[in-house]
Amino acid sequence: MLPDFLQFLFSGVTVGAMYALAALGFSLIYNASGVINFAQGEFIMLGGMSAAFLAQAGIPLPLAIGLAVLIAAAVGLLVEKLAIEPAGNAEVVTLIIITIGASLTLRGLVQVFLGKATHALPAFSGEAPIAILGATLLPQSLWVIGVSVALVAALAAFFGGTRLGKAMLATAHNKLAAQLVGVNTRFILLFSFGLSAALGAMGGILVAPITYTSYDVGIMMGLKGFVAATLGGLGSGVGAIAGGLLLGVVEALTAGYVSSAYKDATPFVLILLILFFLPQGLFGKKTTDRV
Amino acid sequence: MTMKPTTRGLILLAVVLAALPLALPNAYYYDVAIRIAINACVAIGLNLLIGYTGQISLGHAGFFGIGAYASAILTAHYGWPPGLALLAGGTATGALAFAVARPILKLKGHYLAMATLGLGIILSIVIVNETAITGGPDGMSVDAFSVLGLPIAGDGAWYCAVAVLLILVTKTALNLIDSPAGRALQAIHGSEIAARVAGVDTTAFKVRIFVLSAVLASVMGSLTAHYVGFLTPGVAGFFHSIELVTMVVLGGMASVFGSILGAAVLTMLPQLLSALEGWETVVFGLILMLTMIFLPRGIVPTLRLKLAKREN
Repeated sequence: MLPDFLQFLFSGVTVGAMYALAALGFSLIYNASGVINFAQGEFIMLGGMSAAFLAQAGIPLPLAIGLAVLIAAAVGLLVEKLAIEPAGNAEVVTLIIITIGASLTLRGLVQVFLGKATHALPAFSGEAPIAILGATLLPQSLWVIGVSVALVAALAAFFGGTRLGKAMLATAHNKLAAQLVGVNTRFILLFSFGLSAALGAMGGILVAPITYTSYDVGIMMGLKGFVAATLGGLGSGVGAIAGGLLLGVVEALTAGYVSSAYKDATPFVLILLILFFLPQGLFGKKTTDRV
Repeated sequence: MTMKPTTRGLILLAVVLAALPLALPNAYYYDVAIRIAINACVAIGLNLLIGYTGQISLGHAGFFGIGAYASAILTAHYGWPPGLALLAGGTATGALAFAVARPILKLKGHYLAMATLGLGIILSIVIVNETAITGGPDGMSVDAFSVLGLPIAGDGAWYCAVAVLLILVTKTALNLIDSPAGRALQAIHGSEIAARVAGVDTTAFKVRIFVLSAVLASVMGSLTAHYVGFLTPGVAGFFHSIELVTMVVLGGMASVFGSILGAAVLTMLPQLLSALEGWETVVFGLILMLTMIFLPRGIVPTLRLKLAKREN
């Protein structure tokens, strides 16, 4: 009983940590611009794929990982510059289609240049599983959880302690007011895309040794990151992390106890149930409209 | 005597549909034309929901899929006549849409997008997983359509059927928009609270238009299943939902004729791009981005604006 449960919990928290990073990416961009970036999943894919290819080319793993994050961040900046900024103040659904167009373009380019095959990244520190109370934990899971916690702590310090971080919070709170006190909100949006892409890529790299990666993993991962962000309440940092972890654990428990075929449906059933009862997600603010 | 622009448009549509067979050189072009007409009907229904009422749906392919698979399964496994299977699929879709409409349409903006997207994905995962009845990822074949025992077969018959259907759907949509109910829907788009203050039962109208567009998608799904003769779960997938929304936005939100144009572009594009060998996805994505960046209002409203400027 207990070993099974622990096993599912471990895998749930591992995947959940990646969902949390993806959800943070959604929330960052949403806060800076009100845009839901459907290309977020492709950043996750780009991170995993670039790292896997660089590592296969003989570049030492830490360097390959660093380069992969930079590549994804650069692509994130490009997407903002070339696709989001020219669109200006378009309607929500127009922006959704633009980001979907960007995601198709990225996925297509990776498919053309890196192929359709599945790739694995070597585990960061061996594959010998650690036994805990009858369940086993992969060393890579510890890496996923540890790095995610470190990233979240770094983000918290960034938002609380730096001018740029505070400017981002101000923009999220009220864009016009932030502009009035001299925040360059255009730069904030650009920076948010770079940061989100880097976070997503990091998540993709961390889980690549466990789940493998290919050109098309971004679709589901992106959608689940969106679910996680909505689950916690769009724009809420704490919500994104809680939503990601909750999603990972519920998904793993469903796969273990109910049906592994319906594992991918779990996040969507969960989000529908939550939205039926809490239309703003778990931690979202209740908004009021002016008429 | 002056004619309303919509009447002129309707006549133009009828003339184009009637004249098109003269210009279609072979079966391949008939096939594309039939698919365009089917997609156009779905897009018009979706435009009533998204463009006129302002409620986004990223899950309409799910409803399309219910219709398609209901027809396929009921005719193949249970020997139902296709017409009855189509009605059953439409009824099931209507019931499901009605059941989820109230809690879903309470949501706004991205939360509504999330919920409809989730609903569509759940439906498509069910279709992929229930291999025993749907054939799963391998798909299943579907018998030809027949009305009272008379089969509809061949491109000519299908073309006539869907062309008449498209004119009917267009006419109905235009009438609806011009009616008090249509004005209520547009008032909801303008401001839901203001509409409610003015005495519009906003919830009831949103539910009705959601159910209507879902049933229309389901019926067109049924017809597609019989027309193509083979079904794969992709018809209910996320990407198909996005294609349908793109038809609406590209043609022009709140423009019935725009939806027909959007359906034509989005249906022909993959055919044209298939020659690119591997680069289809890249080019499709680029075209999607560029048109949305440079024509954010969609084709028909942008043209209308240009014409109006010139006349002044």
